[in-house]
Amino acid sequence: MIGDWLDIGSAQQIEAGTARTLPVEDASGAKVREIAVFRTMRGEFFAIENTCPHRQGPLSQGIVHGDVVTCPLHNWNISLRTGMALGGDEGCVPTIPLRVDAGRLYLLRSAVIGSGNQAEAA
Amino acid sequence: MNFANGGLPGGKREKLVVIGNGMAGCRAVEEILARDPGRFEVTIFGAEPRVNYNRIMLSPVLAGEKTFDEIVINTSEWYADNGITLVSGDRVDHIDRANQTVVAASGRTEPYDKLLIATGSEPFIIPVPGKDLEGVVTFRDLDDVDRMLAAADKGGNAVVIGGGLLGLEAAHGLSLRGMKVTVIHLMPTLMERQLDEAAGYLLKTELESRGQTILTGANTKEVLGKQGKVTGVLLEDGTEIPADIVVMAVGIRPSTGLAKAAGLDVERGILVDDHMVTSDPAILSVGECVQHRGLCYGLVAPLWEMCRALADHVTDRPTGYAGSVTSTKLKVSGIDLFSAGDFSGAPGPDGEPCEDIVMRDASRGIYKRVIVQGNKVVGAVLYGDTADGSWYFDLLKKGEDVSDIREALIFGQAFASGGALADPNAAVAALSDDAEICGCNGVSKGQVVSCINDGSHSLDAVRSTCKASASCGSCTGLVESLLSLTLGGEVESGPKTLCKCTSFTHDDVRALILEKELKLIPQVMQELHWSTPDGCASCRPALNYYLLCAWPDEYEDDQKSRFVNERMHANIQKDGTYSVVPRMWGGLTNPRELRAIADVVEKYDAPMVKVTGGQRLDIFGIKKEDLPAVWADLNAAGMVSGHAYGKSLRTVKTCVGSEWCRFGTQDSTGLGVQIERMTWGSWMPHKFKIAVSGCPRNCAEATIKDFGVVCVDSGYELHIAGNGGIKVRATDLLCKVETEQEALDVCAAFIQLYREEAHYLERTAPWVERVGLQYVKDRLAEDGAIATYAAAFRYSQQFMQDDPWARRAEGERSDLHQHIATVRPMEMETVS
Ligand SMILES: Cc1cc2nc3c(=O)[nH]c(=O)nc-3n(C[C@H](O)[C@H](O)[C@H](O)COP(=O)(O)OP(=O)(O)OC[C@H]3O[C@@H](n4cnc5c(N)ncnc54)[C@H](O)[C@@H]3O)c2cc1C
Ligand code: SF4
Ligand code: FES
Repeated sequence: MIGDWLDIGSAQQIEAGTARTLPVEDASGAKVREIAVFRTMRGEFFAIENTCPHRQGPLSQGIVHGDVVTCPLHNWNISLRTGMALGGDEGCVPTIPLRVDAGRLYLLRSAVIGSGNQAEAA
Repeated sequence: MNFANGGLPGGKREKLVVIGNGMAGCRAVEEILARDPGRFEVTIFGAEPRVNYNRIMLSPVLAGEKTFDEIVINTSEWYADNGITLVSGDRVDHIDRANQTVVAASGRTEPYDKLLIATGSEPFIIPVPGKDLEGVVTFRDLDDVDRMLAAADKGGNAVVIGGGLLGLEAAHGLSLRGMKVTVIHLMPTLMERQLDEAAGYLLKTELESRGQTILTGANTKEVLGKQGKVTGVLLEDGTEIPADIVVMAVGIRPSTGLAKAAGLDVERGILVDDHMVTSDPAILSVGECVQHRGLCYGLVAPLWEMCRALADHVTDRPTGYAGSVTSTKLKVSGIDLFSAGDFSGAPGPDGEPCEDIVMRDASRGIYKRVIVQGNKVVGAVLYGDTADGSWYFDLLKKGEDVSDIREALIFGQAFASGGALADPNAAVAALSDDAEICGCNGVSKGQVVSCINDGSHSLDAVRSTCKASASCGSCTGLVESLLSLTLGGEVESGPKTLCKCTSFTHDDVRALILEKELKLIPQVMQELHWSTPDGCASCRPALNYYLLCAWPDEYEDDQKSRFVNERMHANIQKDGTYSVVPRMWGGLTNPRELRAIADVVEKYDAPMVKVTGGQRLDIFGIKKEDLPAVWADLNAAGMVSGHAYGKSLRTVKTCVGSEWCRFGTQDSTGLGVQIERMTWGSWMPHKFKIAVSGCPRNCAEATIKDFGVVCVDSGYELHIAGNGGIKVRATDLLCKVETEQEALDVCAAFIQLYREEAHYLERTAPWVERVGLQYVKDRLAEDGAIATYAAAFRYSQQFMQDDPWARRAEGERSDLHQHIATVRPMEMETVS
């Protein structure tokens, strides 16, 4: 079971209301994608692709309110829970299944290496 | 119930052995006896050396509100009367499924036909050094309470680790017993599983006012001790808290060891079906030790349901258990708190969104939030007034359609029940004329209505004539209802509110922050009845600025409420990299600075360097991870942050002036440098640009700046509210002064007036157009105004002029710059 989950570190490393980034590299060390791991004010954790569906803004740098992040570039609101753009905007970012266990954060391995839009099985 | 009456004459009874003489185990036996008293011969093993008692009442026992005798549920007579053998103080160590026997620590072996495991849970002990010291206790059974009482007898300091239900009840009890209590909680919000941030804040404030110290976001590193006895607790951040007793209340784990060793299916808890049967048909299990449909429970209400289903099943009338929705109350006297269901706001299985209905009443310390999804209540958090808790919980459990009472739902059952009253306007219409509408100002419904009839046709007009809803604002909804009832459709819409989270305007919010001395964002949200739990991307930065401006010496900047550029102290670019602009005072530079900039450009491979319109050098394409190192290099050459990224003083642009220029009338460069030294680092409602030109030829373009100085032979012309942006606006002349000192003072005073009165994100040009140039002139012409505002600005600057780059370069908030880890798929491992 645990083998399916990738330990990315202690939950303590993310302050409530902020996000940290997790680059994913390929075999040659080139970055293929970046995941943003959020902790809401309430203490819930979410992982989504660090790329705004509008013009690729780094969502990790937005203001977090409720379970929504406002993109730092043009203020689109993205639901951390579903990855969907809210309000009148249309678009969606991939979400990555995350769980917290004994104070550590785990991402679903297959969703991490599955690149971009769909999480393929490892 | 007397066993002899219900016995089955002659028939050999089945043997039921129960492991665990606690709340669930005994309740299950009671339920069985009630259905079929003669069916089983019952033996109960209990590790605790006593009869079954109401565990949840241990908190009142600790607090001195109850004695142990008062919380006993099953007396020894009960066991005797029902023919139950109680083996207390003897822990079962082994289950032999093949031979259907259990073996206890004493060696006692008992055969069974049916076995019931009701072992409850064990407190979780965080694995830190010192956890085994004498004086470190948990809060689970009567022995723990006795240990706490013994410690409390000696007085001193208690540290409770864990700010959940148990921890806070322990803290309350110890503090009533005279100990000085500190609660250490890992999460930012107390009871975060039951409360949202707003309610958690209220709870924290209340507990602090009772003398407890509450440390949230605090991580325990070590329990300190001397000669085997606890002496204190050390936090991750280096804080040391003295302690004579440490209570660990960080959570519970289902007690599954025995079941696991016996080979039963166990995940987090012992797996059971809807009839509480484990993977072995002869073995049942109930209580906190089980996992049913993926869930483990830590409250008693679900256990009662489980026990009912279990008894129905073993007496051959199976009904089944379908899982429970739980609700929580905190048993701390004087604190009313209720939480039920899901308040996470997660959309339903078919993507149906959640809607929050929030009501706050600051004067009475009340916060209510009901979460509705697809016309059904899915959660509720109540603080201060929990009278309607059970009603919401009932609506929730029954999944009732609330669309008819939606509008009045938050006012509670009294308002919402009955179709006619479901419309809040109707509810207000039904109020008597002398019903009080505004509690703060004592205004009745009759008074509000006559004030509306006398011509106050908007909320604002009502507020200023009869004062209703002019103070805390919690009756705004009622006044609005009265307006629409009295006027029909003619209500004039009020001024624009700060954002959709509040009914207050920017000016209201700024005034109330000062009047009520509000000093924290959650406090503003509570006191001013924010309709969202933690605001939005519009109000959070605005509140952060308003608080910073109001309390420069006290307010601790909230980085989470800052736009990315101000948090990262650099300008984000469209590709997610940053541009870095070091300060060059008045646009002056020197070889050392230029060399340092050139070195940074080469070292970090910056793709572009550009001279800005504000006479600075802008280095592009720096990655967030490299920012601290870049700043360290620039700091080393004596340069500080240029704040090119902030709603703050940006640049003071100068011309060469009388030093070099043949037309120059004054030392414009020198004055520009002085102004920049005075104003740098100040946060403003919006970005703020200054320029100083040495003569009316105006080479520094001072007449399109927020503040511009044009030097003339006889002194300095001071201009305000220019803008070179989307809409070009030339400045207005504010005044003319004779000396540099006067120019500096007027500049400081004007900035302070703007800082104190403009709306967040309003530049000087629209602000001056909104309030009028004359207004600004009048304000600054008041007796002593220049000196007072200038002094206020300079005072605030004492706290602002601290290079943010230097602190980051030294490692402050490195989390903002570093990745949490990196994933290398080759190894599929993370590297920190
Ligand atoms: C201080 C406190 C306050 C609480 N307040 C509330 C509240 O306000 N509301 C609420 O709903 N819930 C509350 N709870 C939780 C509630 O008490 C539990 O949910 C409930 O007691 C669980 O019942 P149980 O029978 O599963 O476990 P328990 O009541 O813990 O019973 C299990 C028993 O089994 C015994 N045992 C374990 N292993 C063995 C073994 N191998 N052999 C023999 N005996 C064994 C244990 O010693 C224990 O006596 C509170 C709990 C505590 C500690
Ligand atoms: S503004 Fe006047 S003093 Fe300054 S550089 Fe231009 S001409 Fe010279
Ligand atoms: S890139 Fe996110 S809103 Fe434009």
